[in-house]
Amino acid sequence: MSSSTQFTRRDFLKTGAAGSACLVVGFYLPGIAPAAAVGKTFAPNAFIEIDPNGEIRLWVARSEMGQGPRTSMTMILAEELDADWSHIKIMQADFDPKYGDQTTGGSQSVRSSWDPLRKAGATARDMLVTAASQTWNVPKSECTTHDSAVIHTKSHRRLTYAALAVNASGLPVPKDVPLKDPKDYRIVGTKKERVDGSFIVIGEAHYGIDTKLPGMLYAVVSRPPTFGGRVKGFDPAGAQKVEGVRHVVEVPAVEMPPLFGEERAANSGHQHYLWGGVAVVADSTYQAIAGRRELTVEWQPGAGAEESSEKHRATCAELVKGSGKELRKIGDPEAALRGAAKTVEAEYELPYVAHTPMEPPNCTASMRDGKCEVWAPTQNAPGMAAALASALNIPQSAITIHITLLGGGFGRRLNIDYGVEAALIARAAGVPVKVTWTREDDVRHDYYRPMSHHRLRAGLDAQNGVTSWLHHVAAPTTDGFYLGGDIPDTGGTELAGTGLPAGIVPNSLLEASFLHTAIPRGYWRSVDVSWNHFAVQSFIDEVAHAAGKDPLEMRRELIGTKQPPAGKAEDEKPVDLARLKTVLNLAAKESGWGSQLPKGRGRGIALLYSWGTYIAQVAEVGVAKDGSIRVNRVVVAIDCGQVINPDMVAAQIEGGICFGLTAALYGEVGFENGEVQQSNFNNYKMLRIGGMPRVEVHIVPSHEGPGGVGEPPVPSIAPAVANAVFAATGKRLRRLPFQTQELAET
Amino acid sequence: MDAIAINVNGKPHSVEVSPDTPLLWVLRDTLGLTGTKFGCGMALCGACTVHVDGEATRSCTTRIRAVAGRNITTIEGLSKDGQHPLQIVWLEEQVAQCGYCQVGMIMTSAALLAKKASPSDADIDEALGGHICRCGTYQRIRSAIHGAASKAAQGGGTR
Repeated sequence: MSSSTQFTRRDFLKTGAAGSACLVVGFYLPGIAPAAAVGKTFAPNAFIEIDPNGEIRLWVARSEMGQGPRTSMTMILAEELDADWSHIKIMQADFDPKYGDQTTGGSQSVRSSWDPLRKAGATARDMLVTAASQTWNVPKSECTTHDSAVIHTKSHRRLTYAALAVNASGLPVPKDVPLKDPKDYRIVGTKKERVDGSFIVIGEAHYGIDTKLPGMLYAVVSRPPTFGGRVKGFDPAGAQKVEGVRHVVEVPAVEMPPLFGEERAANSGHQHYLWGGVAVVADSTYQAIAGRRELTVEWQPGAGAEESSEKHRATCAELVKGSGKELRKIGDPEAALRGAAKTVEAEYELPYVAHTPMEPPNCTASMRDGKCEVWAPTQNAPGMAAALASALNIPQSAITIHITLLGGGFGRRLNIDYGVEAALIARAAGVPVKVTWTREDDVRHDYYRPMSHHRLRAGLDAQNGVTSWLHHVAAPTTDGFYLGGDIPDTGGTELAGTGLPAGIVPNSLLEASFLHTAIPRGYWRSVDVSWNHFAVQSFIDEVAHAAGKDPLEMRRELIGTKQPPAGKAEDEKPVDLARLKTVLNLAAKESGWGSQLPKGRGRGIALLYSWGTYIAQVAEVGVAKDGSIRVNRVVVAIDCGQVINPDMVAAQIEGGICFGLTAALYGEVGFENGEVQQSNFNNYKMLRIGGMPRVEVHIVPSHEGPGGVGEPPVPSIAPAVANAVFAATGKRLRRLPFQTQELAET
Repeated sequence: MDAIAINVNGKPHSVEVSPDTPLLWVLRDTLGLTGTKFGCGMALCGACTVHVDGEATRSCTTRIRAVAGRNITTIEGLSKDGQHPLQIVWLEEQVAQCGYCQVGMIMTSAALLAKKASPSDADIDEALGGHICRCGTYQRIRSAIHGAASKAAQGGGTR
């Protein structure tokens, strides 16, 4: 068994917080396997182990970064297993293909694991029941299970899973075991405490940055100041004079593989490289930082050295005026526009943004005997394994990845740069090394959510019905950065799962134009929906205004009854209009839509179907005389199918709104001469406690398959607030972050 | 390097580090007290907050020479067995998501409650205004501080 991070549920604190009898206690034991069990462990699959001595271990293969998979995924297993939730051990799996996909992103941990984990739990339970029925010589149908035991209902005999482990492990693994009826759920759908919670509040939750190995040194890296830049030469003497500095080593530039194992043509023109740098390796983090200050590096400017984000804005504004690559055309949108009784046109733009998880990127690596072992706060262990194998030229079998707890991810840690860099430094230094990124390193060397420019046009007939809908997006491509080529990012547009509203309007056109740049791009919580949805949901309100309709009524009309074609995203089912209407109406009702608000206040609404989840948000805002926006309240209605842990769904919605609102109010990374203009939280601002709106969450009960919840709350807040500002002031904000000076009373 | 004497969580330590080393890195790298987190290095996010003689202090910009001989409390020493009212209510309210910033939040909240037993929303916003949570747990933080104030008033929790 590979090493693990282990979480044990036991009565750690006798009185227990909140009077709870079962708190979760964790131990971080890199390199130490759980104690060998006495007798044969029952392990019917990769996720469940039951020892004859009574220990039940459930394995979590995904990365915990706040969305709660360590809790929710084991709840699913425990439910079908009928395990006693208060007496299980939750184990963080290392990277291992036996667990299936271990990438954590795309709001899909629960969605894609729902069936496999239920089956894993149910199969194990079935085998335990078989073992008990054979022991008692009674039919299986007379047996039931509860709290990690099989019970013979007629005789009230009871055998614990532990007692059955040896016999069960000798049985064949059955196929197609029936799953529970949702009405029998005892764990799924209930509020369970986050399994890391009790460690977090005492400072004993161990993140990647807390890793410490015997003999380990600490490093920081000087990286190219312009994108695509390289080390031309360096003088280590200054750094070497700093107390505690042990090594100054060059990090070579290396080509990186695709993030998710995709195929990439030899001449793809992709831009995914680690550009290298110079590492200062010392006895402590601070000595490494102090050493780096004295380091002299000469840089060769990169391909991005001439670039500026202001120029990108101008280029994209020009691009959307022409025609782009046609992605989908229904009917004859131009003709319908020409023949319209009324036309509406607007342009929207969004900037580059950084991820800035609170735990900066870091990784601890050890290279020994041709083998590489890393402790990585990663969302993408499979991608990191492939990149390490490629950069170090060793087989994947020689690589061990310990997935630590992540201090936030938001897509930053789908990238694998910091892991490869750490391994290269550990190899050069010849000792285990922890590489820590300062916040400045993080802000200046991110993979940025791309900027984008949108031109939307709509035609209305004499009855104010929408007859034509045209959307042209100009942006750098994210997928193309990693894979090469012009690959449009279409989430939240008419090609994504919603197909709305263009799929319903009789004539529509979606076009994309591409800005070519060396700025690294990446996946940022809610990815392309985050920008396209802002434009689409803002424009719906502009069309409503032109038609003299209430924005809520406009949406009800647009989602009418005509089923739009299915979206392109592979994991999306066609939109269910009834579910979409339910969340729209619920959010409107709970928000008091239509009721009077004081002067200077307004409500705005936005509606989204994505990641298999239906969500509507109503933002209530106030605009001050100086133009500053205060979001007072956000009412959310969500249908995310079967809820695993309702409190965690609410938490994700609160957090997603904070994340989206931060970007809407402040988020902007600018470049000049290929260098990032921001560096830390003084000039890359974050929403703080005083700016947090009151978030009210209404969950629609459902036994449909689970939808995602990590990303769906993010995209709607920006358009909902922009729409609310319009309701409050009559002024339309079409650019993120909001240019609030435009709202100031003069 | 001379040895510098500091008191951390009631225990005396003598550390041999450069006197300009930030307290944060002494706690984390020298003493192995990793509950205190690095977030920005410029006193902008609050993740590194500890108490110096009871005052909430950003350890990332506090030089070790400035705290020689003073009493430092980190999250590891905030309470025995995690029973500070804030720690209890933090779990009741399920405040944390990724949890990385939460230690700093709790340390500042504890200093606030020590001064003001029943803080208003405005007091909380002011005291915690120097902190950042990227997961967006602010609504629950506010609620948990009010909850802890009530619990402490009823004699719950231990210090």
